[in-house]
Amino acid sequence: MINKKNLLFEFLRMVFLLAAVSIIAFLLITKAPIDPLTAYVGTESTLSQEAKDEIAEYWGLNDPLPERFMTWLNHALHGDLGTSITYKKPVSQVIMERFSYSFGLMAAAWVLSGILGFILGILCGLYQGSILDRGGKLFCLAVKSAPAFWLGLLILMFFSVYLGWFPIGMAVPMGKLASEVTLWDRIHHMILPALTLTVVSMSEVVLYTRQKLVEIMNSDFILYARIRGENQFQLVIRHVLRNIALPAVTLQFASFSELFGGMALAENVFAYPGIGTATTAAAMNADVPLLLGISVFSALFVFAGNLIANLLYGVFDPRIREGR
Amino acid sequence: MQKENKKNILKVEDLVVAFSMYGKGFRKGKLEVIHSLSIDVNEGEIVAVVGSSGSGKSLLAHAVLNLLPKNARTSGTITYKGEPLDEKACRKHLGHEISFIPQSVDYLDPLMKVDKQVIGVYGTKEKQKEMFCRYQLPEETGSKYPFQLSGGMARRVLISAAVMENPELIIADELTPGLNVEMAMETLKHFRELADQGTAVLMITHDIDLAFHVADRIAVFYAGTILEVAPTADFIAGKDALRHPYSKAFIDALPQNEFTPLPGTQPYAGNLPEGCLFADRCPNRTEECSGEIPKQIVRGGEVRCIHAT
Repeated sequence: MINKKNLLFEFLRMVFLLAAVSIIAFLLITKAPIDPLTAYVGTESTLSQEAKDEIAEYWGLNDPLPERFMTWLNHALHGDLGTSITYKKPVSQVIMERFSYSFGLMAAAWVLSGILGFILGILCGLYQGSILDRGGKLFCLAVKSAPAFWLGLLILMFFSVYLGWFPIGMAVPMGKLASEVTLWDRIHHMILPALTLTVVSMSEVVLYTRQKLVEIMNSDFILYARIRGENQFQLVIRHVLRNIALPAVTLQFASFSELFGGMALAENVFAYPGIGTATTAAAMNADVPLLLGISVFSALFVFAGNLIANLLYGVFDPRIREGR
Repeated sequence: MQKENKKNILKVEDLVVAFSMYGKGFRKGKLEVIHSLSIDVNEGEIVAVVGSSGSGKSLLAHAVLNLLPKNARTSGTITYKGEPLDEKACRKHLGHEISFIPQSVDYLDPLMKVDKQVIGVYGTKEKQKEMFCRYQLPEETGSKYPFQLSGGMARRVLISAAVMENPELIIADELTPGLNVEMAMETLKHFRELADQGTAVLMITHDIDLAFHVADRIAVFYAGTILEVAPTADFIAGKDALRHPYSKAFIDALPQNEFTPLPGTQPYAGNLPEGCLFADRCPNRTEECSGEIPKQIVRGGEVRCIHAT
């Protein structure tokens, strides 16, 4: 099944990926027109130039780049990702707090888009060329080409402004004490962003499942099963599902990157206090430690998805599991 | 050898199969791959359809089983026990009375264990075990996946699947490739037994020696049609007992006979001559050969040649 050699290999890949991501992110940020010092003390600071120089020297801003990177890396490896300027808290704490919100959102959208997309994809493929199929395909292509924030705005305008069914933004009702916030309040605020994210990430699964189904329905083994007397329903249950489900699940795990990107946009539209809004805030405030922290964290997140996808293939496909 | 009083099981008359397809540019063309093909199989009889690779033999099987792709157009009649074998009849009989042995292991679901596939939707575990026993497949073969089977095992698995339901008509698309000589002989013997119990077998093959061993009648397939159907004895007797010039040349080309090849190749389906399809390679060709060639009965065999004697 999952042998040690593979696991070691995957671990090495992760180390290389994280190293590459942090180096590139570090380079980009240091080359960007951002002065961490100004960001920290504010543009209208009354500090004297001397004091500023002293701080810069203390922070090591005048050291050569590799040295600065090594300093950051050394601290990061000891669990200290620095302090966020925007939130005045340790970066790791900000990420954990924010991620707990985003996680619920992404999990809901991930499961929903997976299940709905799979079902819709199967229906489209089975009734290839029908109105359902054409409509479904058009919908998917339209959604895939539309920017996520624009879709979010449409959904927001329709459900919150026009119908008034859902709150306009945030994760909990405004002006309510934290102790009074109920679970329903949280769910109620999560529905629209989750819906947006579901719609955005669904099209890929639908189109993929549909394509795969058409391919399988034309394969020799389906032909043979038909000759053995299986009807359409039996074909789908016995052969089609098991042949499509594995690639669909794998695809769903491998799409963590799109999920993360979509989440960032959806959160901004709905002012949802997750990791996506934190990223924008960090970028707007030139919050270097937080930006770096989030880059590394998101790389880790996407890597985890791909790793699970790879491992799942080995677990479920007998040709890979028992092949050698 | 002829069994005139036997009940007819499968009868194909004037079958034409054409595919509509795109040619050069966007011109939609028609490619006729099977032309005026007639053949019949009676109860308890093994009929072998023999032809070279790429002549469209497998398409014949697919046409009979109503499994051609959507862009195929067919005409002619196919009857099973006197009833037209249309989509509805196929649904009723496929898997029960009519079974099929495909060419390769690719016809098995790669992600499903073998025993479940052999049992299918109608069979039982007991029957499957019995069949595996009969074809000397070890017990644990059932829990393997198709990609783990050797060629010979796969063939025996496919055969077990075909005889699970005691079918009345078996259509086999290549029966013995991948089997060693003993196993091939064993399989043929088993098919002879099935036939003697009343099963009709339509065996599609490129192996004429195999047909000699087991078939009652042999049909010669050429460029999408059947040129001659005659009792196996005629083929064994040699070229003088046969009627069609192609069958004669075919027999002559065998290693155990003259071993003389026939020059030329069979025509491509998109570029067929008018009238007799064999005309351009035929030594007895005349003017009339480019007209319509009706089927005629000569000395107890069916033949499509106006010069047949």
